[in-house]
Amino acid sequence: MNFRAVKAIYLFEMARTWRTVLQSIVSPVISTSLYFVVFGAAIGSRITSVEGVSYGTFIVPGLVMLSVLTQSISNASFGIYFPKFTGTIYELLSAPVSYVEVVLGYVGAAATKSILLGLIILATAGLFVPLHILHPWWMITFLVLTAVTFSLFGFIIGIWADGFEKLQAIPLLVVTPLTFLGGSFYSVSMLPSGWRTITLLNPVVYLISGFRWSFYEISDVSVVWSVTITLMFLAICMVAVWWIFKTGYKLKN
Amino acid sequence: MSPIITVSNLTKSYAGGFTALKGIDLEINRGEIFALLGPNGAGKTTLISIICGIANATSGKVVVDGHDNVASFRAAREMIGLVPQELHTDAFETVWATVSFSRGLFGKPKNPAHIEKVLKDLSLWDKKDNKIVTLSGGMKRRVMIAKALSHEPQILFLDEPTAGVDVELRKGMWEVVRTLRAAGVTVILTTHYIEEAEEMADRIGVINKGEIILVEDKAALMQQLGKKRLKLHLQSKVEAIPPGLSAYNLKLADDGNQLIYTYDTKSERTGITSLLGDLREAGIRFSDLDTTQSSLEDIFVSLVRK
Repeated sequence: MNFRAVKAIYLFEMARTWRTVLQSIVSPVISTSLYFVVFGAAIGSRITSVEGVSYGTFIVPGLVMLSVLTQSISNASFGIYFPKFTGTIYELLSAPVSYVEVVLGYVGAAATKSILLGLIILATAGLFVPLHILHPWWMITFLVLTAVTFSLFGFIIGIWADGFEKLQAIPLLVVTPLTFLGGSFYSVSMLPSGWRTITLLNPVVYLISGFRWSFYEISDVSVVWSVTITLMFLAICMVAVWWIFKTGYKLKN
Repeated sequence: MSPIITVSNLTKSYAGGFTALKGIDLEINRGEIFALLGPNGAGKTTLISIICGIANATSGKVVVDGHDNVASFRAAREMIGLVPQELHTDAFETVWATVSFSRGLFGKPKNPAHIEKVLKDLSLWDKKDNKIVTLSGGMKRRVMIAKALSHEPQILFLDEPTAGVDVELRKGMWEVVRTLRAAGVTVILTTHYIEEAEEMADRIGVINKGEIILVEDKAALMQQLGKKRLKLHLQSKVEAIPPGLSAYNLKLADDGNQLIYTYDTKSERTGITSLLGDLREAGIRFSDLDTTQSSLEDIFVSLVRK
C-alpha cells in the first residue's frame, strides 16, 4: 500500500477545494440559505407542521442531504475528470499506485469536502430554525456513509464522462430529480398512495428518511432499510470501480 | 550486464483493427542513452506508454530490472520517470507543489533538498512559487521533466523532450540528460530531431509501422551506413562531365559550378587521389572543396523509405 500516494492525492484535492472555496463552499451555503428563506420562512409559515415538527425544521435534514449528494457527485466526478481532460492523468497511470490508493485519495477528499459542507449547512440552518439532533452518532454515520457512497458514484461518472456535457448529465437529469422527489421537502406519507409506492423505488428516499430519523425519530421507511439500501449502493459502486480499474475502462486505451 | 528493460514480443491492437505495435523485441542496456527514432505514427509513444503502464498491451511482456511491469507494477514503475510528449500540467498549481506531489505519488518520503536540486538543475528555482499557467511552453516542459525526476528514477523516458523548445533550451536539456547519465540513469528518448539522437545517444533504434527495423550502436551505425561527399567548387563552369571521368559517378550541381563525388569511408581506396589526378588531366580546376559525412538523418530517411 502506497500511503504516501494516498496522502499526496488527498492533499492535492483538498488544496483544490481551498483554491475554489467560493464555488465549493460558499455557493452551496448561499443556495441552501435561499431554500430556507423560500420554503422555510415564506411558504413554511403557512404550513403548520409535518408529523409534529415545524416545516422549517422538517426540511433541514433533506436540505443537508440534497447538498451532500450533489456536492459529493460533482466534487468527485470533477476531481477525476479534470486530469483526464488536461491529460495529467498520465502521471497517475504511470505511478506505482493501485486503484485502491487512487480511490482512497480522490473519493476520500471529495467525501471530506461534502461532510464539511453538510456540517456547515447544518450550522447555517441553526441560524434559521431551532435544531435538535436525537441521535448525533447516527446522524454522523448517515452523513459519512452518504458522502462516501456518492463520492464513489461521482468518481465513476467522472471516469465514464468524456465531455463536460456527460459530466453534468447524470447529476442534472437523474440525481437532482431523485433528490427533489426523495422527500427533501415533504414526507412520503403526504403523497397519494399510488405515488407513495413509486416513490419507494427511489433510493434517495431511504437516505433522507434515515437521516431525518437521526434528527427527529420520524421516518418514511425503517432505519434498517435506510442503512441496507445505502450499503447496497455503496457495494455496487465499489464493484463498478474495481471493474473499471481491472479492465482499464476509459482510462487505458 | 543484464538489460534494464526487456520488451518481448509486444503487440498492441486497437478495437478498430489498427495494429500499432507488431511484436516488438527490444533490450535497453543499463545506463545508456537510447534514442528511438521513427516517423509520426510509427508506434514510439505507444511503446513507451505500455512500458510505463499508461496503456495495456494486447500481448507480450515487459520486464523492468527483473520486475514484470504488470504483475509487479509497483516495483517496475517506481524505477521509471516519464516525460510525455504533450504538455500536460496542472494550470493552477505552483511549480513547487506539483513537483512535490509527483514525489509523493511515487511513494517517496519528502525531500525538499532533492526537489530544490532538480529545480535548480532545470533553471526553475526562481519560478518555484509561480503558478504553472503563468509559465512559458519551454518552462512547462521543464516542469514536466522536474516532475519525472522528483522521485529519483533509475530510468527516464523522454518522449520528444525538445519539441517546440528553442535552441538554447535544447542545449540545456541535453546537458541535464548527460548529467543524469553520468549519475547512472538510463535514458530513453524519442525524437524528431535526428541531430539530437546523433548528439546524445549511445544506441539508436528505428521503429517504423509498429516494427523495430534496426537497433545499433550509434557509432557503428554511422560507420556502417556512413557515406562521405566531396564537393568541389569549380573555377569555371562545366557543361557536362568529361567522358574520361565517367568511372567516378560524379554529379554536377549548382548549374555546373560544382562537382560532387560520393565515396565510402570504409573502403580501402576512396578514389580521391586518382580523381584529383584525373581532374587535372581533364583540365578542370577548382577553387575550394569540402567534405560532408552523411548524417543520421540521411540514414534514417533511407531506412524508413525502404
